[in-house]
Amino acid sequence: MSESIDIDHVAQLARIRLSPEEKTAYAAQLGDILNFVRQLESVDVTGVEPTSHAFPVVNVLDDDEPSEPFTQAQALMNAPLARNGQIEVPKVVDEA
Amino acid sequence: MSQPIYYKTLAELSRELEEKKVSSTEIAQAFIDRTQATDGKVNAFLHHDAHDLLAQAKRSDERRATGQALSPLDGLPIGIKDAICVAGQPLTCASKMLENYVSPYDAGAVERLKAAGMLPWGRLNLDEFAMGSSTENSAFKTTCNPWNLERIPGGSSGGSAAACAAGQAIATLGSDTGGSIRQPASHCGVVGMKPTYGLVSRYGLAAFASSLDQIGPMTRTVEDAALLLQQLVWHDRRDSTSLNHAAPDYRGALSQKRETPLRVGLPKEYFGEGLSDDVRKVVDNAIGFYKSQGAQMVEISLPHSSLGLAVYYIIAPAEASSNLARFDGIRYGHRAAKADDPVEIYYDSRAEGFGPEVKRRVILGTYVLSSGYYDAYYLRAQKVRSLIRQDFSDAFEKVDVILSPVTPTPAFKRGEKINNLLEMYLCDLYTIGVNLAGLPGISVPGGFSKDGLPVGIQLIGKPLAEAELLQTAHLFEQAHDFYNQHPAL
Repeated sequence: MSESIDIDHVAQLARIRLSPEEKTAYAAQLGDILNFVRQLESVDVTGVEPTSHAFPVVNVLDDDEPSEPFTQAQALMNAPLARNGQIEVPKVVDEA
Repeated sequence: MSQPIYYKTLAELSRELEEKKVSSTEIAQAFIDRTQATDGKVNAFLHHDAHDLLAQAKRSDERRATGQALSPLDGLPIGIKDAICVAGQPLTCASKMLENYVSPYDAGAVERLKAAGMLPWGRLNLDEFAMGSSTENSAFKTTCNPWNLERIPGGSSGGSAAACAAGQAIATLGSDTGGSIRQPASHCGVVGMKPTYGLVSRYGLAAFASSLDQIGPMTRTVEDAALLLQQLVWHDRRDSTSLNHAAPDYRGALSQKRETPLRVGLPKEYFGEGLSDDVRKVVDNAIGFYKSQGAQMVEISLPHSSLGLAVYYIIAPAEASSNLARFDGIRYGHRAAKADDPVEIYYDSRAEGFGPEVKRRVILGTYVLSSGYYDAYYLRAQKVRSLIRQDFSDAFEKVDVILSPVTPTPAFKRGEKINNLLEMYLCDLYTIGVNLAGLPGISVPGGFSKDGLPVGIQLIGKPLAEAELLQTAHLFEQAHDFYNQHPAL
């Protein structure tokens, strides 16, 4: 796992714009952290099941009952920009 | 000598309310005054609303006057970490991303407290999105340790611990993903409990690492932790990992006598290199105490514990990168002003809204989950996590509880570790295993360092053995008087 990190690619996947300074700093720091976690390579995990939750709770079913949803006002109260009861964003589609 | 109201406990004030020696309004005013007098130094609060607290207290007093008190805790204020929703109050997660966010609803845990008549009081500082061990990663302010203002209060629930220690709140809620309740509790000299994973609803807790996050009480006594936990345990259908568990009487368990001698496990891996003399002395004293009570001390081994940090720093950032994908600048949270198409909104809003540690962890998490690396990092970490869980299961065949340090050192100075990531991450060495294994853990004040800083001891229990854990902690606490000692502010 001694790979060099393509920080531009990862930042693109994470949808975070990074400054050139941030790219340099994060690439180095991530290298340090990945170097640190490489100790896991030495562990024999043959036949070991992964743990996704400490207490797996399975087949949780809920009664299908109607309940009070958010009102439109509640749903929009934290929207950065709203108009006519909807969230406003810049135009997504080009004009034909 | 009688304590001032702001240093009384939930149990004491509950009794005084019952006996009509004090009103909820008087209690609320005492905490408002205390906060105004001390928070200029401590900086535990990101926001508080005295008018709102007094209005809540007035309604509680009216309930009591007409015999309609909701519970013995009706009328008692409780501080809330600013990552847990209270309807109508700000929720910033100490991030510019949520600087102007107002919660539209109550968290499940807050609903439970309100159902008991408790009064949410203020929004307590934290590391941004709970990522950190010193509360220095807050975008808004740095909280100081009430015992020594040059020191960090711990983190991420640093505001919750500091407010409780400073008498600005009787008790507070924190959240613990890798030690974020227990570590600040230890540094600030209060009791901090992380319950079994799933015991307290995570609905309305801003998600950091969902398979590790757990809300828990921060109090000045073990009895108060028991009282709060009793109220918090609840099956919440809105959290799919919430356990359906019939809680025993936690407070009643405190005074029960054990039928068999207590077997206390001492994990040899937690007493090795890196443990400071200050902390070792405090833990040694606790070992001596339990021995003197007839407990059997058993050396145990958690052979994979040294791998906990590495596992944690894959799993937690991976889950965080997924959870924090919701902050896209579209529906809520910060939206970059200059962006003029939706994809640019994502890039710029996240660049402007997230602080350095959050960006670092999102990038790291994205990387370990990205195509070609998933098996090598995330899947492997989950497998080693199974081995760490198994270590604890094996140990609990031989012992009832595990006793260990909470942190390697007492609270360090502000700025001391902020530029050394791995050293900062080492703060969580002894607390992370509990989260990875989903176990209950508690930090109880255990003594002081030679510099007069509080140092906690950690007790770890079997899954859902909170009653036994609280009882064991209570035994130690009641034989010492650390809970009566307060910082000079």
